[in-house]
Amino acid sequence: MTLIIDDSRPIFVQIAERIEDDIIQGRLPEESQVPSKNEFASFYQINPATAAKGVNLLVDEGILYKKRGIGMFVATGARAVLVEKRKEQFFEQYVVTMMREAEKLGISADQLTEMIRRGEAK
Amino acid sequence: MSNVVEVSRLTKSYGNVTAVSEVSFKLEADKIYGLLGRNGAGKTTIMHMITAQLFATSGVLKVFGEEPYENSRVLSQICFIKESQKYPDNYTVNDVLELSSSLFPNWDREFANDLVKDFQLPLKRKMKKLSRGMHSSVGIIVGLASRAPLTIFDEPYLGLDAVARALFYDRLIEDYSENPRTIVLSTHLIDEVSRLLEHIIVIDGGKVLINEDAEELRGSAYSVAGTATAVESFIAGKTVISREPFGVLLTAGITGRLSEQDRKKADALNLAISPISLQQLIVQLTGKKTDVKGGAPK
Repeated sequence: MTLIIDDSRPIFVQIAERIEDDIIQGRLPEESQVPSKNEFASFYQINPATAAKGVNLLVDEGILYKKRGIGMFVATGARAVLVEKRKEQFFEQYVVTMMREAEKLGISADQLTEMIRRGEAK
Repeated sequence: MSNVVEVSRLTKSYGNVTAVSEVSFKLEADKIYGLLGRNGAGKTTIMHMITAQLFATSGVLKVFGEEPYENSRVLSQICFIKESQKYPDNYTVNDVLELSSSLFPNWDREFANDLVKDFQLPLKRKMKKLSRGMHSSVGIIVGLASRAPLTIFDEPYLGLDAVARALFYDRLIEDYSENPRTIVLSTHLIDEVSRLLEHIIVIDGGKVLINEDAEELRGSAYSVAGTATAVESFIAGKTVISREPFGVLLTAGITGRLSEQDRKKADALNLAISPISLQQLIVQLTGKKTDVKGGAPK
């Protein structure tokens, strides 16, 4: 996990992704409280409005919910939803890219399967 | 009232030299703005007009809904920290802070004292005996502790090292979170401040080149690299902001979103696509005077 914010993509998207990662990996369990927008802002040295936009993105998706006067919390069932979403992205981001590169290098489907097995053993 | 500053067709000419030409923009309350651009682009002239230190040649200027000139209601709400702020010769750091506390209605003495410790400033030393960096630190402390509804920092960190600049960004974001106000940061250190900004105004040649939400700008440009013929065929009809030939290869900067169709086309043409950072984007847009719109080579 990197703490560095990349300036070539919207920061609120990156904040949402960090929170998603924390939920998937169990650092932010379901029903636990998420840091406030101001905490995100000082931690990453970003504009609080940008941090709020990232958090709100996840509220809109039902991953986080707001307890009035207290703060934001991880919804029950959020992890399963995120894992499903990431699996779809995994296909696009990794599998499709891998197949394209394999084709470029002339790696056959069999060789690719063999490589995956080898990767598994590591 | 949500607009702190409204500028319409603001122009400043010196004889037949036009420093600022028909500039229009608004600054909304409680946002952090970046006023960016190259040296000599007209940023400082604009800030001097907003803070009533310069008269506009023409155009309309409203600050907190009123004309700022000799208007104490407006001016008491503004704190303007300049790159080369002058202080009376015999003033100590402490004198400057005392004076500031009487000038700014929202002055927070405790916050100022904390900042003096953070920046390790000698309170009793005379301003003229301070190093360049310490001098800049005093400006930063005044700017932050004033908590003025409109706070403008014009290149506030001459002589400040990276550690002190990081401290400034840190305290700025912390204090702004708790005490929102309109802040304008004018600088050419774009990569350092860009993530603090909510909205970006880029001035180039005395005109507004970009006036856009910072998050909209991030990811709004990308570059394609590959053989010149492949790149030319990809960029036809797109807004090209830069082209850099390198042997038989060509790298072109493009503004606009990359569609799924574009991505497939780029793959088919064997082109490498990479994102352009905000800093690179502004450098490319303000760096060259040649207009390369349209794509096809001239």
